[in-house]
Amino acid sequence: MLSDKDRIFTNLYGLRDSGLAGARARGAWDGTKKLLEMGEDRIIDEVKASGLRGRGGAGFPTGLKWSFMPKESDGRPHYLVINADESEPGTCKDREIMRNDPQLLIEGALLAGFAMRANTAYIYIRGEFIRERERLQAAIDEAYEAKLIGKDNVHGYPFDLYVQQGAGAYICGEETALLESLEGRKGMPRLKPPFPANMGLYGAPTTVNNVESIAVVPEILRRGSGWFAGLGKPNNAGTKLFSISGHVNNPCNVEEEMGIPLRELLEKHAGGVRGGWENLLAVIPGGSSVPCVPANQCQELAMDFDRLLEVKSGLGTAAVIVMDKTTDIIRAIARLSYFYKHESCGQCTPCREGTGWMWRVLERMVRGEAEKSEIDMLFDVSKQIEGHTICALGDAAAWPVQGLIRHFRPVIEQRIDEFTANPNPQGAVRAAE
Amino acid sequence: MPKLIIDGEEIEVEDGLTLLQACEQAGREIPRFCYHERLSIAGNCRMCLVEVKGMPKLAASCALGVNDLRPGPEGQPPEILTGSPAVQKAREGTMEFLLINHPLDCPICDQGGECDLQDQAVAFGTGSSRFEENKRAIEDRNISPLIKTIMTRCISCTRCVRFMTEIAGVEEIGQIGRGESAEITTYLDRGILSELSGNVVDVCPVGALTHRPTAFIARPWEMKKTETIDVMDAQGANIRVDSRGGNVLRILPLENDDINEEWITDKARFVTDGLKSQRLDRPYIRENGKLRPASWDEAFETICSRMSGVDGTRIAAIAGDLAAVEESFALKMLFESLGSTNLDCRPEGNRLDASAGRAGYLFNTTIAGIDEADAILLIGTNTRTEAAVLNARIRRGVYDGQKQVGLVGARVDLTYEYEYLGDGPRILAEMLEGSVPFAGTLRTASRPMLVIGEGALSRPDGQAVLALAARLANDVGMIREEEGWNGFNVLHTAAGRTGALDIGFLPGENGLDTGQILEAVENGNMDVVYLLGADEIPVERLSGSFVIYQGSHGDRGAAVADVILPGATWCEKAATWVNFEGRPQMTSRAVFPPGDAHEDWTIIRALSERLGKTLPFDNVMELRGALYKRVPGMAALGEIRKEPVAELVDKGREAIRVQPMPFDVAIDDFYQTNAIARASAIMAEMSALKHESKRVGTPIEKGAVKADA
Repeated sequence: MLSDKDRIFTNLYGLRDSGLAGARARGAWDGTKKLLEMGEDRIIDEVKASGLRGRGGAGFPTGLKWSFMPKESDGRPHYLVINADESEPGTCKDREIMRNDPQLLIEGALLAGFAMRANTAYIYIRGEFIRERERLQAAIDEAYEAKLIGKDNVHGYPFDLYVQQGAGAYICGEETALLESLEGRKGMPRLKPPFPANMGLYGAPTTVNNVESIAVVPEILRRGSGWFAGLGKPNNAGTKLFSISGHVNNPCNVEEEMGIPLRELLEKHAGGVRGGWENLLAVIPGGSSVPCVPANQCQELAMDFDRLLEVKSGLGTAAVIVMDKTTDIIRAIARLSYFYKHESCGQCTPCREGTGWMWRVLERMVRGEAEKSEIDMLFDVSKQIEGHTICALGDAAAWPVQGLIRHFRPVIEQRIDEFTANPNPQGAVRAAE
Repeated sequence: MPKLIIDGEEIEVEDGLTLLQACEQAGREIPRFCYHERLSIAGNCRMCLVEVKGMPKLAASCALGVNDLRPGPEGQPPEILTGSPAVQKAREGTMEFLLINHPLDCPICDQGGECDLQDQAVAFGTGSSRFEENKRAIEDRNISPLIKTIMTRCISCTRCVRFMTEIAGVEEIGQIGRGESAEITTYLDRGILSELSGNVVDVCPVGALTHRPTAFIARPWEMKKTETIDVMDAQGANIRVDSRGGNVLRILPLENDDINEEWITDKARFVTDGLKSQRLDRPYIRENGKLRPASWDEAFETICSRMSGVDGTRIAAIAGDLAAVEESFALKMLFESLGSTNLDCRPEGNRLDASAGRAGYLFNTTIAGIDEADAILLIGTNTRTEAAVLNARIRRGVYDGQKQVGLVGARVDLTYEYEYLGDGPRILAEMLEGSVPFAGTLRTASRPMLVIGEGALSRPDGQAVLALAARLANDVGMIREEEGWNGFNVLHTAAGRTGALDIGFLPGENGLDTGQILEAVENGNMDVVYLLGADEIPVERLSGSFVIYQGSHGDRGAAVADVILPGATWCEKAATWVNFEGRPQMTSRAVFPPGDAHEDWTIIRALSERLGKTLPFDNVMELRGALYKRVPGMAALGEIRKEPVAELVDKGREAIRVQPMPFDVAIDDFYQTNAIARASAIMAEMSALKHESKRVGTPIEKGAVKADA
């Protein structure tokens, strides 16, 4: 369990002053100028050495991503874009950072922007986060006023930070769709290559990072990469915000060490599974996009990227959705399937057509109104979507369905059998009454 | 030059190609829907997926550059598999996805038989569908009288959106909605008004967008396909005329990178119904002020009796916009033998002739040469209406940021940004003095060019304006003979004009031009006027003379004619037209002329015999023999030759006196420029819509378009 001294987000619950003064009292903006004096390359090396992996879901090493940015500008400006379009069902960690610890994000933006030679950064915030935008904007205004950022600031590195609100499309959390949206166009993912580091926002080199990835940077630099790398497990270093929701007694956000066992996470922080550990049916460990993990695999499950991959799931955004045995798992996955059908941008064929198909089949399976052969067909359809699309939304739509079929095929079959045995529980309506 | 191994075969391809192009060069067929060579890459249909060894996922070959591929660990070339089980499975999957919501209504679909989706479903799909749910349906859009929509068939490839945005330059089609609710529609459900809108039908890989006028008329395989040339403007676009029986059903573009790439204007495509209405299908003679049908014998007899004893100076001939070289040449020879030099092929009154050499009336840069130009000065021309396909070519360069365009003349919407310099010849003079900054742009450009249109030339001082333009061209360095660059261009609007200028269908010694002929008629000095399809003149001024009208349609000229000789349209004869580049091209006969109408040169040949001046050819080969002897260049079909520029340069040295009035616009109504277009109900409808949109200031509203006939 993470000890209090190792916490980065010390005001995660908003119990203390979230303003600049409070944040400073907790250590934010402490010696930032000194950190900048490390120089661009040492900051990047330090982030690399810390083993920080992107907190947005894919887990790509952050320092490596930063190092893809050109070292010299070819005349085009560089941009840092912070992805605050937190829309993954179950995930609400960035929201808390922006509400209660926004100065960490702003300081991180300055440091990351400096390391990547970007004088401008944009925070693209989710459309539904109205109050969060207000809080964040107020924090940015405070930072400007205190000359912490801005054209002419105490750190001597001109840096502007803008907040742009989205319009509520899940797909705009995909980094290239986000850039499209930021440029004022329809949020549709771009083809890659070219990657944003070569041609991103307005055709200029751009790095897109998650809020949490940026917000932890100042603390990593202050305490040293060794401290961060020492937490967690090899290749899965550091602390992580977990969003625990669903059938637990005390749903919450909590900062924990990477690799914490799932059971410990739930029982220490969330009051345990409703009705006891034995009542657990399955968890979705990383936000709605990753396949569910059935209870029998949860006993010793450690919450990090690599361990979850071993059980064919993923850490994703570390949004743990807990389902106890009262859950109709087919219905739960069908609802997620509807979400992806609704949020597919419609650009490429497999996702546009396939998400609706999967959802419709699942809706029938909820009632049991299906053939058993359709289970394999559904799995095959999900495989035809996975990996065949421009962005990862196709994969995200396919994985929950695959998880369901992999682990709960008997449940589906049973439902089908029940329906087939008695397709019309009300009895046939008599023709001439 | 990157090396690749495609299905085990090593090939070397050019830099900058996409993987799809490389695979094609290796002889592999890659199915695709959204990819189109002349449009930007969307990569959304996911049909062209291939396997690249070492990449975790299948790659969309249309969107991956060969230069982006990484060599293997030992430096071996990247290996690509186009037919591996994974690729085949992915294609089957994509095909299945495309078909689940596509109505399988091929038997009643006009695209049937030439449908990419149909063909590729056969080649790459599976035999059956596993989709048991209800299919999606999308409401049809009423976007144009020219384009029929069945949007349920749409596979969202966005080719039409990209065509309208990138090529036509009219951002009126777009995709709204998200996911499976995404649909293609027009801005606020309005209709689209672009001179090039019909091309979306060709780029559409399915039957979502089809030709409205030919809906449910014929199947592609029933039609006879005739490759020929368009004459609706002077660009000479290559087209294919599809006919069945004696009817021309539709017209499609053919690829010719030097001329029209693969686009044609709506007028070229949809004028077909004009071939059926208002046709002159038998000779007529005017008796007691009224035209009555007559036989060829009677018609010739009437002409002979009127012309006997008339002096050559009292007869004149005017060749119209659509006259082909053959008949113009025959008519010129007939008039020469009758002792008349009153010939003119410039009914709208421009002053072009051979005084500045052939380079003085040609589009010397050539259409393909536009791609090289980096600064373009347009003078008195609206290229969008005068040569819409050429305008799209200029637009592409502007869109890519590679060209700058300046305009002198009426302020018009060219679909791209340009610098407006002024409205009259005064601006050209100022550019020579250097007081207009755009002159500097031209001077510093590496490939500057100018395009002078009929709006600047069809005025009394047309020759002086031409000389001024020639002087400017020479002054800013547009004419660089040693580099093979000639940036001086005249843009004609009539298909017949360049050919007629080439054969010298112009006033001879003491001959009269169109304006003088009209004047002579009014002064009683002209007895007979022979109109070879000339409708674009103030015909009411001809009432004082005996008018012979030879042409295909009962238009303005026929209305005042004393004798009507029915001729053939461009679909009904094999004849030569020279486009504005000076490129002779020959049409092919797709159908026969209606009724008693004949190919035009045979009419003139027959008349010459009755007049006792028998022309020295009995068939078209002999005619062309005589033609090629006098104008050798005419024999080089499809070719253009570089013209010497000395006379053009000299022209610019002449003393110049221009009048201050602003340049005119050559074409007021794109849809009504010639007799055939004026006979077309579809063109009339488009014209009305355009007029309406100008009047109310917005494009047409939903429902303003007439429903299917």
